[in-house]
Amino acid sequence: MTEIVSTTPGLYPLPDWAKEDLKDLKGNQKEDLISGDEGPEIQAAYEEVRTEFIDAQKAAGLDRIVEGQGRWDDMIAHPLVVHDDVETRGIVRYYDNNNFYREPVVTDELEATGDVAAELESAAGQVDDALQAVLPGPYSLADLATDEYYDDSEAFLAAIADFLADEAGQFPDVETLFLLEPSLVENSPADGEDERASEAIDTVATATDADVVAYPYWGALEEKVYAHVMDADIDALGFDLVSNHDENVYNAQEYGTPDDVALGVVDGQNTEIESPETISDRVEWFAERTQQNDYSRIYATTNTETFYLPVNRFEEKLEALGAVQKTEVKA
Amino acid sequence: MTRDQFRPEAHDHDHFLLTTVVGSYPKPKWLHRARDLFEDEDSKFDAEAFEEAKDDAARLITREHERCGLDVVVDGEMRRNEMVEYFAHRIDGYEFNGPVKVWGHNYFDKPSVVDEVEYGEEWLVSEYEFTSDVATQPVKVPITGPYTLAYWSFNEVYEDSEQLAYELAELVNEEIEALVDAGARYIQIDEPALATTPDDHAIVGECLERIVDDIPEDVRVGLHVCYGDYSRIYPEILDYPVDEFDIELCNGGYEQLDVFKEPAFTKDLAMGVVDIHAREIEPVAEIKENIKKALEIVPPEQLTVSPDCGLKLLPREVAYQKMENMVTAAREVEAELDAGEIEVESPAPSADD
Repeated sequence: MTEIVSTTPGLYPLPDWAKEDLKDLKGNQKEDLISGDEGPEIQAAYEEVRTEFIDAQKAAGLDRIVEGQGRWDDMIAHPLVVHDDVETRGIVRYYDNNNFYREPVVTDELEATGDVAAELESAAGQVDDALQAVLPGPYSLADLATDEYYDDSEAFLAAIADFLADEAGQFPDVETLFLLEPSLVENSPADGEDERASEAIDTVATATDADVVAYPYWGALEEKVYAHVMDADIDALGFDLVSNHDENVYNAQEYGTPDDVALGVVDGQNTEIESPETISDRVEWFAERTQQNDYSRIYATTNTETFYLPVNRFEEKLEALGAVQKTEVKA
Repeated sequence: MTRDQFRPEAHDHDHFLLTTVVGSYPKPKWLHRARDLFEDEDSKFDAEAFEEAKDDAARLITREHERCGLDVVVDGEMRRNEMVEYFAHRIDGYEFNGPVKVWGHNYFDKPSVVDEVEYGEEWLVSEYEFTSDVATQPVKVPITGPYTLAYWSFNEVYEDSEQLAYELAELVNEEIEALVDAGARYIQIDEPALATTPDDHAIVGECLERIVDDIPEDVRVGLHVCYGDYSRIYPEILDYPVDEFDIELCNGGYEQLDVFKEPAFTKDLAMGVVDIHAREIEPVAEIKENIKKALEIVPPEQLTVSPDCGLKLLPREVAYQKMENMVTAAREVEAELDAGEIEVESPAPSADD
């Protein structure tokens, strides 16, 4: 029997009241954005946002609950921008989207800040046993950042991996850890780099007892990269079926998968709502074509973060995902 | 040539560098206040009063553009809130669900296409008619292009955003036909989304073919693209059916100037000579040097002088001073060209231009 687990990769859109309140409290210039030392009023606003995110996921009936990453102004570059030895410079484009983040520039040795752990501690009090952590994958975080200290791309990637492993080591008990790795698709690693990207994922994965899901999106991994990622000690690998189902299913057929898979079956970047039946059909479509892999668990998720969406549609997507396990999925 | 019709009759110099702006201009503070009152349910400030406020602002800013000496003016887009939202509100098939993040705490009310797009209420004809009634100078009409309207919306209906862009291009064509019937002779298509996805230049080209279909040849059509890597769309854009390209180069310190030198620039060039992201007002001498850089790409007969992009992010007095200095600089360069004091390096336009 395959267990279907509904979840999301986090990075939720702020509730509309919080968009306004936090803009007023913080300002909307680049120097006003999150730096990890926000005052009590701002902290209180984020506490309220966190509770709303958790309540929405519980109400939707999701099997894994994320903290929601409301504070992540710079999207998945967040763990670096709150670091004292990282400067944030100009506003740069976030992959191929009409979204921007502050370029983090590493200027000294990286050590864990505990920033993400603190968010999870706060969420843990409100979630019984289904808490899911979210971090950028090491390859993607290194790709989004600029190095002015390690002076060597290999050493930099290894340092980012150690940094993320130390962050994960400070987490409270979490059920699952999603490592978001869009750069593995968007800026595919070259020969040699692919093996190191896999080792970097391994470094983070071995730092936690949680089930680790390596989650690439915006397409499919190149075959060689896929083969290397399969060597990492991960529990599940992600497949973005919304952006490219054919190449993703091909990879799973050709090279196998870990015991579990995470399927991006709900579009995180479009307001059109998928019904629970459509979601089940997409999961089934993949499972039927890769029967040889005999999954013990399939995570059903949005294909990307969801901050791209207006709040009403985002909530409807959570509800559709939460309703999925109640329908018949033959996987 | 569509350009000569914009040369003022009483122009002082033999040479003529067409001076204009891209479109948006800082709104007077009282107009923001009027919008807040209009949107406040408890206020007695009604739709009629808000319309009057927008008319007043359009009148004021059109005159402000004339006062600083521009050859072709706009109303500063006083009636438009945002470059996609404004049009989406007027096109049938769109709906709004709420703001989405662009960066940090900056949001955009990104609309969704939930039904086939159709021409609903008119977009810009009354704006144009009002502005040209107020203005003594010719008026340009900036209009958001179909590629940007499609790619900066959620698409729930069409097979992909490309198909949506082509459908929207038909509507833009319909609007331009109506504008031309109303007397408009200078249309600028704004396609900032092309800068983010330069590989799609063929889609934009296909959209433009639909946009200019049946538009009379004496109507000047420009294309504005800003803040991107121009080497990825040049020289392909020279095949587009437009008269003029409006590009931003000042903000980047003219690092991309050489992109446009090879092959030769065969269209008219509207080049940004003041930076809209810097509050410092460029002195006339500096702007003259910037104009001379444009003359490395095209001869004076093909040159339009303009700011990098819309001025709306600047304080109003800064925006005004930048425009005034820009016009002064253009007139001084014209005089120097007349006197033969400036050597034009760019190749002369070929006979078939």
